[in-house]
Amino acid sequence: MFGYEFYVDPSRCIGCQSCVEACEECETHRGVSMINFDYLDRYETTQTAAYVCWHCEEPTCAMVCPADAIKVSEDGVVRSALKPRCIACSNCVLACPFGIPKIIPEYEQMMKCDMCYDRTSIGKKPMCATVCPSQALSYVKPEQIAQRREEPTNLFVFGSQPVKTRVKMMTPPGTDAVSIDVIDYMWEGHLG
Amino acid sequence: MAKPPASVEELRERFGPHLHYTPPGGWSDESRNPAEKLVKTHCCFCGQQCGIQLKVRENRVIGFEPWEEFPFNEGKLCPKGVKRYLQSSHPDRLLDPLMREAGGFRKASWEEALSFTATRIREIQDRYGKDAVAIYGGASLTTEKSYLVGKFARLAVGTRHVDYNGRLCMVSAGVAYKLAFGVDRSPIPWSDIPKADVLFIIGSNIGDCSPITTDYVWRCRDRGGKLIIADPRLNPIARNADLFLPVRPGTDLALLMGMLHVILRDGLENQQFIEKHTTGFEAVMESVQAWNPHAAAEKTGVPPEAIENAARWIAKAEHAIVLHARGIEHQSKGVENCLAVINLVLATGHLGREGSGCAMITGQGNGQGGREHGQKCDQLPGQRTLTDPAGREHVAKVWGISPDELPQPGYTAEEIMEAIHRGEIKALLSLCFNPLVSLPDANYTREALDKLEFFGVIDFFLSETAHHADVVLAGSLQEEEEGLSCNVEGRVIHIRKAVDPPPNARTDTWILCELAKRLDRAKFFPFRSSGEVLDELREASRGGHADYYGITYERVDQHMGLFWPCPSLDHPGTPHLLDGGRSFHPDGKCRFVTTEWRESGDPVDEQYPIYLTTGRVVSQYLSGTQTRRLGALVDIYPEPLLEIHPRLAQQYGIADGDAVTIETRRAEITLRVLVTKTIRPDTVFIPYHWPGKQSANRLTHRTLDPRSKIPEFKVSACRLRKTSQMEAPI
Repeated sequence: MFGYEFYVDPSRCIGCQSCVEACEECETHRGVSMINFDYLDRYETTQTAAYVCWHCEEPTCAMVCPADAIKVSEDGVVRSALKPRCIACSNCVLACPFGIPKIIPEYEQMMKCDMCYDRTSIGKKPMCATVCPSQALSYVKPEQIAQRREEPTNLFVFGSQPVKTRVKMMTPPGTDAVSIDVIDYMWEGHLG
Repeated sequence: MAKPPASVEELRERFGPHLHYTPPGGWSDESRNPAEKLVKTHCCFCGQQCGIQLKVRENRVIGFEPWEEFPFNEGKLCPKGVKRYLQSSHPDRLLDPLMREAGGFRKASWEEALSFTATRIREIQDRYGKDAVAIYGGASLTTEKSYLVGKFARLAVGTRHVDYNGRLCMVSAGVAYKLAFGVDRSPIPWSDIPKADVLFIIGSNIGDCSPITTDYVWRCRDRGGKLIIADPRLNPIARNADLFLPVRPGTDLALLMGMLHVILRDGLENQQFIEKHTTGFEAVMESVQAWNPHAAAEKTGVPPEAIENAARWIAKAEHAIVLHARGIEHQSKGVENCLAVINLVLATGHLGREGSGCAMITGQGNGQGGREHGQKCDQLPGQRTLTDPAGREHVAKVWGISPDELPQPGYTAEEIMEAIHRGEIKALLSLCFNPLVSLPDANYTREALDKLEFFGVIDFFLSETAHHADVVLAGSLQEEEEGLSCNVEGRVIHIRKAVDPPPNARTDTWILCELAKRLDRAKFFPFRSSGEVLDELREASRGGHADYYGITYERVDQHMGLFWPCPSLDHPGTPHLLDGGRSFHPDGKCRFVTTEWRESGDPVDEQYPIYLTTGRVVSQYLSGTQTRRLGALVDIYPEPLLEIHPRLAQQYGIADGDAVTIETRRAEITLRVLVTKTIRPDTVFIPYHWPGKQSANRLTHRTLDPRSKIPEFKVSACRLRKTSQMEAPI
């Protein structure tokens, strides 16, 4: 859908798994859910995270694929592996920094979130973002997201690998990039 | 004696709950056989009543599609809504009438089952009196069916005793709102929530119990609104609260009176509003005098500074809304708790303007509509009271009887069970209610059911309660019968029929009318469709507070729901019920009502030192009659866990995943524990959706609020014992 973007906001996730269940109902892969869902640490918090494929600008999964089976569509959506090409080697599963691709054993194929290509191509929102009751997954226009407290970012830093994504993460205002390395947040003097 | 005719294991083997995962024809069938039509209707579960489209092919529900145009939820659904379509093709669905026989149930003809039911009802009434028969209804029924249940009880059976499982839901709020405002409904539509500057949510785990409301809460925060949450657990919404008040179970009243104390102490009340729109302020002012923040903190375990802050934020806000639900209502002082919320709102003048007010969050599907038209023990259609001579006269006229023929108010749901237990009530006919799981003190409930001389059930799955039945009449699912429902906001919505009932099951309306015929009351029950029931209901409710005269299926469709009262066919409906601060009392004033502290009916002491509170999880609904059969939902949260704080767990040497026996003054059950820092360390929590040895309601007690007669599910005293062995759950 032109002008719409996908935003993920775990701070708003209530852990209901509506997205997980609804994804499984999508016609092109009925019975298989492509949503990743986790409790971060139930001992400490009710915090949960539900997320879709981030649809990287330079997708690691495609780069490591020995069979050249993972393609990016014109509008930036990283698709499931092409069935005739996929050798189910799991390279993509191991390499994806977000842990998105899944090998579906009965299909011998890597399948992943394709942002509901079948729905967005006919003017519908992706299924998960349609049903999500708590704005943890949203498919809206940037001007709508600008009304939120949090701000979107789409730069993730994994060690030395910066990854720019199509899907955006809502973060506290002033966050330029999401980094998982403490060193990125430290002050170590003028070490050059 | 209505003892189950076979063991629980045998009955479960035949009637479930079995886990059902896949749509008719399997996961890939839809690509070959697409849906023939999309039916715009609503979810069959909670009071949010989300709009949803059901995919139908060859009289079968095969899937769903979000309904984004419906304004309340705009396509959003919780996992229950996503999977609700699977109940329609469920293998446990009751397909025929059943009659008890040695060792189980056998199929019976409709004639035999209906005649037997009618005969037993009359035999028992002839022997023990008219009121020896009681009727239970349910708040998942459409408004037309709820109306019919009330009329059936009073006119066909002729008993005083008709009540419904909404007694476990909304009644504390209902009593309080009637006392204060003269009417029982949320005064505001949900579109007001984002307009509040301060949103105070007390006793409501919105993320799990009313997930769609989350969207409104976040919109409020995005506008800069502050969020205050009072709950013994740091629930998923509370992670984003600006102020979290970890109130000890059963002490909400002290918190609310403490907050009002601060407001009055600091002169932050809205004098102009109080003078213009209220009565009774002085007495309430006096009643909170002793509740300074320290006294309130001692009782509630909430820091005094937090109580002060919460009070000031609300008082100083231009617009504030207080939302509340079962957390404060499921207490032996549930009515007081709601009155204390109302007192807070009245004192600060947060009423009658857009973006200000207070509202109950209805839990059950048709919790609102189901209590407006007569299946509540003291009520007649249109929210009229059964003791009001003018109300009796109006309804008697519509029904074509003399007012004297209308019975007086009877017992409430729990009181009916107690009357069965002591032998006063001998027969029960129940629709859409699973009291063995949902009433408190489940062992007592089971003893009572065992004593019934006749027990008839109308339902679509065989619930644990129905194991005790003599006759089971296979009724209709929500998607099999047209009707109205009223959502959490007071918006009347249209449940469209998507499919016919299975060939030898029947609509509930047909069953009630056929029973009435066999009770020789056919002339009062000539209904061939829900629409015909609605036409009579519209007349019967006319002129009452809940006036539905202007509500038809066509108008509801046209307006995407109509808020009652809607007194004429050109009336736009009433989203804001107390506009300008005018109440439904004859003088138009809102009433302050004093509240007085008292302890729980099951107090914590040295023997039972821990608070036990119960509630819901997002993937299950009420007694689980439907949701414990849906595999995907069961997989999300398969068994009840005891939530416990690490500090308390350490005292008992309990680690995450251990088995623990929870003992109260009535019973004990053994569950696995979830050790988490998101609960107060003096409190444990169990969700109540399960039967038998996993039933939280074996532990709860039968203390009722004296006015609303709601049981005190939210506060029990318990003790813990670490065990090494988990028993089988049945």
